[in-house]
Amino acid sequence: MPADRNTKLVTAHFGNPDAKTLAGYERLGGYQRLRKALGMKPEEITAEVKASNLRGRGGAGFATGMKWSFVPRDAKTVHLVCNADESEPGTCKDREMIFWDPHLLIEGMVISAYALRATHNYIYIRGEMMREVVVLQKAIDEAYQRGYLGANILGSGFECHLTVHRGAGAYICGEETALLNSLEGERGQPRLKPPFPAVKGLFGNPTIVNNVETLMNVPFIVDKGGAWFAELGVGRSGGTRTVCVSGHVNKPGVYELPMSITMRELIDDVAGGVWKGRKVKAVIPGGTSMPPLDESELDVLCEFDALMTDERIKPVEVLPGQLFDMGGGRNLRTMAGSGGVVVMDDETDIPMAVWRIMKFYAHESCGQCTPCREGTGWLEKVARRVAHGEGKPGDIDLMATIAHGIAGNTICALGEAAAWPMMGFITKFRGDFLAKIKGAAA
Amino acid sequence: MSLEFTAEATKKIQALCERYPTKKPVVMAALHLAQKEHGHLGDDALQLVARTLELPLAHVYGVATFYTMYRREPAGQNILRVCTNISCMLRGAYDVLEAFEQRLGVKKGGTAGKFTIVEEECIAACANAPAVICGTQYYLDVTPDQVGRIVDELRAEPHPEGEVV
Repeated sequence: MPADRNTKLVTAHFGNPDAKTLAGYERLGGYQRLRKALGMKPEEITAEVKASNLRGRGGAGFATGMKWSFVPRDAKTVHLVCNADESEPGTCKDREMIFWDPHLLIEGMVISAYALRATHNYIYIRGEMMREVVVLQKAIDEAYQRGYLGANILGSGFECHLTVHRGAGAYICGEETALLNSLEGERGQPRLKPPFPAVKGLFGNPTIVNNVETLMNVPFIVDKGGAWFAELGVGRSGGTRTVCVSGHVNKPGVYELPMSITMRELIDDVAGGVWKGRKVKAVIPGGTSMPPLDESELDVLCEFDALMTDERIKPVEVLPGQLFDMGGGRNLRTMAGSGGVVVMDDETDIPMAVWRIMKFYAHESCGQCTPCREGTGWLEKVARRVAHGEGKPGDIDLMATIAHGIAGNTICALGEAAAWPMMGFITKFRGDFLAKIKGAAA
Repeated sequence: MSLEFTAEATKKIQALCERYPTKKPVVMAALHLAQKEHGHLGDDALQLVARTLELPLAHVYGVATFYTMYRREPAGQNILRVCTNISCMLRGAYDVLEAFEQRLGVKKGGTAGKFTIVEEECIAACANAPAVICGTQYYLDVTPDQVGRIVDELRAEPHPEGEVV
């Protein structure tokens, strides 16, 4: 049965302080799914996750079961790492989930670790999430005491350890190979792929890196089956969709919704509409790395494939009439990303908003690849002067060509994360940039 | 004089070393602990971490200077992390930042007595923008007129980041 607006999985315990304690979580049915999982074969769990159409909730939307199946069958040591480095601007779901339901994450991780035969596992949490570090560590300590973690979990013979590894302020560590370097005690700079982490990751061992929300969905899949989870969703996207709505709406919030909801329903019905009686100008659909939608494009579903392929979304251009090629002639529309939906009303200063986004990427570039290190710096500089009314004729094309020079030419996707919104905003709001530059010339 | 860790921190570091195949991954936690115990990460604190984990000082320096939460300079007890990224900016974060700067008489990045102001990148509280954190304390849906109260509260009861480590 498809999910409706009352279907709550990963946010079911929001607002319920009971769920944070182990006793309270057990009363809510917690860790029963772990018991069930330990009675299954690891391959059976992976098969259910594959059948569930669970896709990564961190940004890329990659099929989780597929990712798990990349671990070589004869691997002796495997690690599972939870990516809790949520820092994509506009995204605030993982932090809330850890805060309200830490045991659901632990249960999801132990089940997933069992499926992957992973013993020493880690949660990489953002350094700034200090309150959540405390909540999570307390929950882990409780889980060890009750035998949900440790040497012989519930008498099954399965050994699983969880260690919280706290970051120290670096957006790039949300990129999975940078995260692994940071976990190893290095500077958080991404690694070249291949080898992919599933083959050679943490400490040289096969490693699966999954997002918080992704792992929290696993207990439900074990409980009710992959087919049930797949049916909740739409097409190749199983389950519910948790979005974080922020910006110019009346009711910002973290909402767990059906995949079938449209952007317009999300804004008007769920988030209470645009504030101050205004209209939508732009919507970032999945964190600032994603190209924006304009007001005419809001009837598409908030689902992974729809946002990539729905032809009602205008493809991103480099220059007017020149479509951006993602490789192999593929157009870029946008992506569901991390679920961070940022709504901008019709009085928003778009060049100023874009400058703030570029300032972020310039600050967070790790400096390893020249196109990103230099390119994000230049994007910030040019965007700043345009935003502040000091733009020069030609600056719009200059920003677009710098962005185009970054995309596809860097080790990790931070390059695209800066380039895509730059080209995307120019494609859809060129008039706003032109008006600022004309104002500067006048 | 060379710095030392307290017995409590030493115990924590030893316990963490058991969780990884080598000592190197513990460098991040050890730097957090050194910062907690010595206020900031001067050269002597970096040497302490290097010595404790048997790592080259250059490696520790490289890690300490990569991540923004490690401070090479002293800071106030309360580090006010004021988010100005997109979701917060759209709802007035720069006015909030300015209100803190005026109230404390210091610009972002600077320290005034018990307070250091940091212009922070997205702190994952976008649904309650503008957001400010100080240690484990969140201030949500902040308006400039609340800034005075926040400062007074933190002056009376500081929330140092070290309390988490």
